[in-house]
Amino acid sequence: MRELLELFIVFARIGGFTFGGGYAMLPIIQEEVVEKRGWATEEEVIDYYAIGQCTPGIIAVNTATFIGYKLRGIVGAIFATLGMVFPSVVIITIIATFFTHFQDYKVVQHAFGGIRVAVVALILNAIVKMWDKSVKDYIGVLIFVISFVIVAFMHISPIVVIVASAIAGIIIQGRRAGIK
Amino acid sequence: MIYIKLFLVFFKIGLFSIGGGLATIPFLQEIVWKYGWITSQDLLDMIAISESTPGPIGINTATFVGYKTAGALGGIIATIGIVTPSLIIITIIAHYFGKINEKPIVQAGFYGLRPAVIGLIGAAAFEVAKVSLFNIDAFLKTHSISTLFNIKAIVLFGIILYLMKKYKRHPIIYLIGAAIVGIIFKY
Repeated sequence: MRELLELFIVFARIGGFTFGGGYAMLPIIQEEVVEKRGWATEEEVIDYYAIGQCTPGIIAVNTATFIGYKLRGIVGAIFATLGMVFPSVVIITIIATFFTHFQDYKVVQHAFGGIRVAVVALILNAIVKMWDKSVKDYIGVLIFVISFVIVAFMHISPIVVIVASAIAGIIIQGRRAGIK
Repeated sequence: MIYIKLFLVFFKIGLFSIGGGLATIPFLQEIVWKYGWITSQDLLDMIAISESTPGPIGINTATFVGYKTAGALGGIIATIGIVTPSLIIITIIAHYFGKINEKPIVQAGFYGLRPAVIGLIGAAAFEVAKVSLFNIDAFLKTHSISTLFNIKAIVLFGIILYLMKKYKRHPIIYLIGAAIVGIIFKY
């Protein structure tokens, strides 16, 4: 029971400090799940993201469910997921009850101006930490550059990138095995 | 009954929106047209608020629409509705994932996937940088380099990077610190 409660609390902390989409929570996942508790490795977290991106549902929730399941099966998945959404439910309910134009408050806008800068720095730092374990050779660098450019500048769906890169990986590794 | 309907509508959104919170928006628009639980203006406000509060955007909007439609319990039920398909599908995948992830073909797939995911994460950071570190819109209007960079933000960005390298504290510390700096110096 204590571990389930810990799952709930850790994911509530992650949900409560995710600003933006699912990718913005990566730095906190790294800290809480990978480095502090060893619940998953860096590679596993990346794999879960890839799966979470091309399966139905919200990426942040999918990743939480995956880690929860890995640790404690279905009950673990439920506790991690409930933890992830708990802060949203509380915060949004409070805002919806008491503030009609929350986003128009100057103090909120300024705070978010600062937070967004920190989010960029934190994600960059997370990428640097994951680089060695994810990008193994020059083909990896090439796949990284292509996927960054087509998502950032050409606005092609990330799902296309995920599927295409998996196929590319299978073909490239298959050829290497054939040559050996 | 409104609660059952809320659950079913958000279950459907959770089932069919693939790839992040913004993928839910077309379905939320459908709620405006089909059920009239919220107006178009409500929806715009909700998206703006969901982006200015912690938590995944998809969850925030679900809670919001549920609340507007049927109060606090409505918010809870809409949220449970949107995560239930994830819970079912990911549980099934996670169950089999443990058995197949060591297979060579799966490992070969991940060899290609992992750098691509890093690219996607980089693109997400770039989207945030566009609106925080740079003023792309102003630059496109004036074509003057001096308007492109948001100097105040870039200074804070450099300071955070330096502090992260030196002290390696919990990410939450930097988020809170940046929020305080943002309020004091009007970012």
